[in-house]
Amino acid sequence: MLSKRVVACLDVKDGELAKSIKFVDTKTIGDPVEKAKEYYEGGLDELVFYDITASSDKRNIMLDVVSEVAKQIFIPFSVGGGIRTLEDIDALLRSGVEKINVNSAAVKHPALINECAGAIGRQNTVLSMDVRRVESVASCPSGFEIVINGGRTPMGIDAVAWAKEGVARGAGELVVNSIDGDGTRDGYDILLTRTIAEAVPVPVVASGGAGHPEHLREVLTEGKADAALVASMVHYGDFTIRDIKRYLHEQGVKVRLEF
Amino acid sequence: MATSQAIIVDYQAGNVESVQRACHAVGIDALISADPDLIRKAERLIFPGVGTAESAVNTLHKTGIWDALLDFADAGRPLLGICLGAQILLEQTEEGDQACLGLVPGHCRHFRFEDAALKVPQIGWNAVHFNTDHPLLHGIPTGLEFYFVHSYFVECVHPSHVIGETTYGDQTFASVIGRDHLVATQFHLEKSGRFGLQLLANFSKWDGRYVK
Repeated sequence: MLSKRVVACLDVKDGELAKSIKFVDTKTIGDPVEKAKEYYEGGLDELVFYDITASSDKRNIMLDVVSEVAKQIFIPFSVGGGIRTLEDIDALLRSGVEKINVNSAAVKHPALINECAGAIGRQNTVLSMDVRRVESVASCPSGFEIVINGGRTPMGIDAVAWAKEGVARGAGELVVNSIDGDGTRDGYDILLTRTIAEAVPVPVVASGGAGHPEHLREVLTEGKADAALVASMVHYGDFTIRDIKRYLHEQGVKVRLEF
Repeated sequence: MATSQAIIVDYQAGNVESVQRACHAVGIDALISADPDLIRKAERLIFPGVGTAESAVNTLHKTGIWDALLDFADAGRPLLGICLGAQILLEQTEEGDQACLGLVPGHCRHFRFEDAALKVPQIGWNAVHFNTDHPLLHGIPTGLEFYFVHSYFVECVHPSHVIGETTYGDQTFASVIGRDHLVATQFHLEKSGRFGLQLLANFSKWDGRYVK
């Protein structure tokens, strides 16, 4: 039986590990390579780097960080943030990632998903979507709306419809990120995760709001997620990857324990 | 101890660099190559691959790597297939009804489940249970998890070619296969942490002998 995955997300700004709350108030909190290694050795199942570097002239720093991680860490590794073109994707692949997360640029230019899947395969094409709760209206019947540009720009697009379109265009996995939950450590948006997971035939990674191992249990069972993404709760040392996996195991969630 | 050398076959089917990095991490001097002559003469060969079988097989024919692989397999030196590379060692795959190398009797089928909660492709860590002792598995306990990404699974004709098995949903399939000097894993050992690297290190020391 397939194990549920614990995924760590590291937001990287100018080559340093950063963490935001509700997508603002970004602080740098350490060296991403060291952190990634610590998590890998603690039994992490998958690693995501999210590039939140604002200025394009500093983007090459990210490639150096990625290449350093790829030499030391032998688990699935994806990168997202600011990916707009096949050239961006190609540069990341050459630095050592195999999975690519597309987000805002795919909302503005959906063919990017097709292009990415054509170039690197569906199984390596991840559609990351930032979602906020809104009133249910005709244009957004699920009450979950797609937001882009780091949570600043609401798009009036229904998240469920976008998830289905993304899969039809070639996304092999979805990361569903609750903006309302980002950095709050109050728990994942269970309803959002389950709604998307039941709507698509591909794996769903829940993101935004993890603060306690119990939150992961909830989203991996009631939320029907295939994987759960953690950030603040491990970056600040409140929990280790080992703590989380031991807890999930004790609660009857199947996770990889020997590594 | 002399460094082990290997050629990683490059046929535009996925991220061969990940495999090369994993090789370097365990001291294998691995060179990525699409040159049929280098492939024929390799001391040991790693045949990875992700993507669709159809385009992979087309590329193998177009580049002359197909014949080089068959010649290499005749020579008796160790070969390691990974993921799509494992599938192409078989006779045929349901994916595009594609004829494959035929080095191991068997074929590939698509996962089909009644239960919509079982996502296809299978993406994630799943347990591998060993049926037999093989030099590739030295020092690795049975039942550990490795990283899988695939929609098609391997079925061998001869049970003796099934070295390890995995179950997804209600489907049990061959996740490590081999005969003589050929061995292959459905999972990505280059993405399977410490134990994946251990498999790779074992391959680098293997003389290609296996009798069952």
